[in-house]
Amino acid sequence: MGNLAGCATGYVFPAAPAPQPLLVIEGMTVDFNGVRVLRGIDLTLARGEALGIVGESGSGKSVTWLAALGLLPRSATVSGSVRLDGEEMLGAAASRLDRIRGGRVAMIFQDPSSALNPVLRIGRQIGEVLARHHGVSGSNIRAEAKRLFDLVGLPDAARRFDAYPHELSGGQNQRVMIAMALAGKPDVLVADEPTTALDATIQAQILDLLTTIRRETGMALVLISHDLGVVSETCDRIIVMYTGSVVETAPADAIFASPRHPYTQGLLAALPPFEGALHRLVPIEGQVPDPTNLPPGCAFAPRCPKRLAVCEEAVPPLAQPENGRFSACIAATVQPARLSLKLNTSVLA
Amino acid sequence: MTANILELSGISRSYSTRQGLFGKRVPVRAVDDVSLSLQEGQTLALVGESGSGKSTTGRIALGLERPNSGHVLFRGSELPPADTPAWRRMRAQMQMIYQDPLAALDRRLPILDQTREPLDIHDVGPASERNDKALAMLDAVGLNAGHAASLPSQLSGGQRQRAVLARALIMKPSLLVCDEPVSALDVSIQAQVVNLLMDLQRDLQLSLLFISHDLKVVRQVSQRMAVMYLGRIVEYGETRLLLSNSVHPYTRALISAVPVAGRRTRERIILTGEPPNPAARPAGCAFHPRCPIARSECANVSPAFTTLPDGRSVACHAVDGHPPIEEVGV
Repeated sequence: MGNLAGCATGYVFPAAPAPQPLLVIEGMTVDFNGVRVLRGIDLTLARGEALGIVGESGSGKSVTWLAALGLLPRSATVSGSVRLDGEEMLGAAASRLDRIRGGRVAMIFQDPSSALNPVLRIGRQIGEVLARHHGVSGSNIRAEAKRLFDLVGLPDAARRFDAYPHELSGGQNQRVMIAMALAGKPDVLVADEPTTALDATIQAQILDLLTTIRRETGMALVLISHDLGVVSETCDRIIVMYTGSVVETAPADAIFASPRHPYTQGLLAALPPFEGALHRLVPIEGQVPDPTNLPPGCAFAPRCPKRLAVCEEAVPPLAQPENGRFSACIAATVQPARLSLKLNTSVLA
Repeated sequence: MTANILELSGISRSYSTRQGLFGKRVPVRAVDDVSLSLQEGQTLALVGESGSGKSTTGRIALGLERPNSGHVLFRGSELPPADTPAWRRMRAQMQMIYQDPLAALDRRLPILDQTREPLDIHDVGPASERNDKALAMLDAVGLNAGHAASLPSQLSGGQRQRAVLARALIMKPSLLVCDEPVSALDVSIQAQVVNLLMDLQRDLQLSLLFISHDLKVVRQVSQRMAVMYLGRIVEYGETRLLLSNSVHPYTRALISAVPVAGRRTRERIILTGEPPNPAARPAGCAFHPRCPIARSECANVSPAFTTLPDGRSVACHAVDGHPPIEEVGV
């Protein structure tokens, strides 16, 4: 895979899952008040891998990881299996989960200023993580916090330690969140839309920081985003989700060069190009179905330009047409799919 | 040459803000000496990060804010003061749409009523025909009678933005100011709305002032663009030129920060530092603390606008009188 050529430490994402993946999710489903929003997710995460999870709102990309970490409210019913180094996390005792979360698995969110406590100084919030997971106390907290702030490129660490979140900008708060996540020396950092609320030049800084830290510490990164561009530049492998299912998984280069699932093809065609000739955008017609009223067959079938009669009857399984690539599409296996660039004349249809 | 529908000349707007609870009042210059023009039927994009003054500029263009200095000309005549009958008549020809359609819509009023409301307010045509007009407008943006009877909460994000568009366009405006109109929408829906906006622009001869941080969308919709930083324009010209061969180091950094699907190996210009606080604007060129090619003069002297042979104007010391491309190496 040419995309790894520039990778400093050379994590080679194996085409087949490694003998011992770090994290395995199997058959995970989530129901909110009897409505199924996650319909059986299987995925593996290798050590040091950068995995991108892409999908539109309602695709279940965030719910997957909130459920895996036991962060969903009680009204959610979660089933399936989530194993971290072979150890089952679903249904584990709260005390054990508390050691894993913020320790081996850390998560950061879209809006850093609402994830931080506005009335506590930054130092106290990062100190709490250090004390809880590493038993650091007293003046060592300040020293360790300074090391972490330096690691995430937060200048003037001493003053930041005594600052409140509102005294920092959005990008600086996100760096604080990343520093807190790194405090537990995590094996996995789950970043849920970490740059969506940030300005373009700050987004570039944060993505660059996440990549640098991953290479330096060897942690795995799960980057959840609605933006194909963001995951494309940061991740080795990409999972595309639609209405609570995985529809396609492939190495980043392959998925952009030759998307297999019609939904992935549609997403890429809908993006305004940033190079080359301008053309009319090709939207995916219709809209995401309501989770309470999913079509019986493939959930994408009603919007799919390639649908066959059989698509409306059976839910397509996630098949592996070639090594390392998975796609849940019946039509694509019948006829090899090509990126459709034909221009649609009607936007209102 | 076609006439300008909108001209801003030398507009500035400052607010005063307190530093801390008992602190001194300090003026914040949200918009500083901005001059722009929009040609009839065309799209001018305003690009910049938060705090760059792009939304304030849009509000000034509509007369929602008065500039402290400078002039706003709509079809050659100055905007009357806000909330006067003359302003209201002129405002019917200029409409605005915002990023969050749910916040812009009345949550308790069916879409049809909201769409016909402007006709009621401006007393346009016989009352009996207004519902039909509203339904026709909704149809033009791709909403049917079923949608018309719905409340905003019953529609998806894309449908709500269509409803906002219908409501803005029912007065047959000639100028539409769009503040981040597709930023809150999913990719597949964003493409639908962008196409719709361009179709409506063509069919209704709309002129658009398109405020956005998304350069991919800007490239798709606009003929000209202005890049703003801390209330000032730093580069202004044809979108095609600016995106393919930008001259100002800030424009170059913005373009390099655009995440493009399927591209990994590119060298990105990572700006250090944060966008500075408008209340503590750096002396000289406001961009100099983050600029990779700043010189000594940049810290003291604010750069003047230079018009380059290709028609664009740029405010940067490094560009003055030099061939820009070699100068702005990264």
